[in-house]
Amino acid sequence: MKKKLATVWLDGCSGCHMSFLDIDERLLEVLQFFDIVYSPLVDFKEFPESVDVTFVEGAVSTTEDIKKIKEIRKKSSIIVAMGDCAITGNVPSMRNSFKLNSVIDRGYAENSDKHNKVEFFDVPPLLTNVLPVNAIIHVNYYLPGCPPPADAFYNLIKSILNQEKFDVFQHTRFGK
Amino acid sequence: MKIKTFTIDGVELSGREDQTILEVAREHGIKIPTLCHLEGLTPIGSCRICIVEIDGKRFAPSCITKVEDGMKIVTNNSEITEYRKTILEMIFAERNHICSICIANGNCELQNLSIELGMDHFEIKNQYPRCEVDLSHEKYGIDHNRCVLCARCVRVCAKIEGAHTKDISGRGHNARIITDFARGWGEAETCTGCGKCVQVCPTGALFEKGKPVGARKKRDFLNYLKIMRGQ
Repeated sequence: MKKKLATVWLDGCSGCHMSFLDIDERLLEVLQFFDIVYSPLVDFKEFPESVDVTFVEGAVSTTEDIKKIKEIRKKSSIIVAMGDCAITGNVPSMRNSFKLNSVIDRGYAENSDKHNKVEFFDVPPLLTNVLPVNAIIHVNYYLPGCPPPADAFYNLIKSILNQEKFDVFQHTRFGK
Repeated sequence: MKIKTFTIDGVELSGREDQTILEVAREHGIKIPTLCHLEGLTPIGSCRICIVEIDGKRFAPSCITKVEDGMKIVTNNSEITEYRKTILEMIFAERNHICSICIANGNCELQNLSIELGMDHFEIKNQYPRCEVDLSHEKYGIDHNRCVLCARCVRVCAKIEGAHTKDISGRGHNARIITDFARGWGEAETCTGCGKCVQVCPTGALFEKGKPVGARKKRDFLNYLKIMRGQ
């Protein structure tokens, strides 16, 4: 029976997902062993009850992200923090050195000629600080890089499948 | 000059009494990771990455600890590795080291250490301090977000260039590299503009304006200086 693979996109630029797709024709090989059951790349609305491997891109930035990542932890056997945002906070965490209100003002009011006041409705509120994924849940594998190279994805998936040891720094590093 | 005998990782070795553990270890090809240490500069032991275990009971930075008779030195075991990783994590957590957008990405000694020590994530909470970037100098800039306070720039400026433009002000979290009396670098009258500080900086904290780091960091130039001086 095929194993289940999911990918999640939190506060990131989707570059990690693009890099994942860059494994090119080897995707077909991966799909022989895995079904992609939830991902921005496919059209399933609900995160399934039990998933074997979940790749998480992006940092935790909103209350919604926290809810989501906790649910995903419950339903996944293995969680891979993919990319620097998920591991360290990376670029999204640059706002942590400033007050949240001044960041919102700079982003939505100061530079806008139409709005001088910011009103949020129907979107989840931002956390005071952007957090790495492992600040909320336990993470099984870390795949640093911005983004991690396609080969790193492919080799990690292979290692998980064959239950082999994965030497992360052979393939990638912070900021790669 | 007296000769001392001791063991490093179980091997009997000897060295001059004025030599440090790190010097003797490197002479014999024993690898100890370092960050603030740079061949040609006075060692000060500020980063603590090079700690070793002595006589199974205490830890000391090998770059400033002189060899002594009968010392039993261990340079690597799981406990030392854990301590080194924790020290490295604290250095990362203290400032905003964001590799992906740093000019030193791919040419950074801090980044290389994370690979060498196998650190692929952080357990320590990041501090996200607000740090300044001083671009007031005509040729060079300093980004305090990337500074690890190794004081290489302070040492090279004081001891090699002889200008002592740079120093450290404040303590702990508030410690910052300053120029002259904490004026902008551009207003620092004692700065000769030689750029030695930029060459020795291990990270992207000091940089030459308009140039990527890979194109200009010449960290081995101090060795030439030593050879030319016959030291």
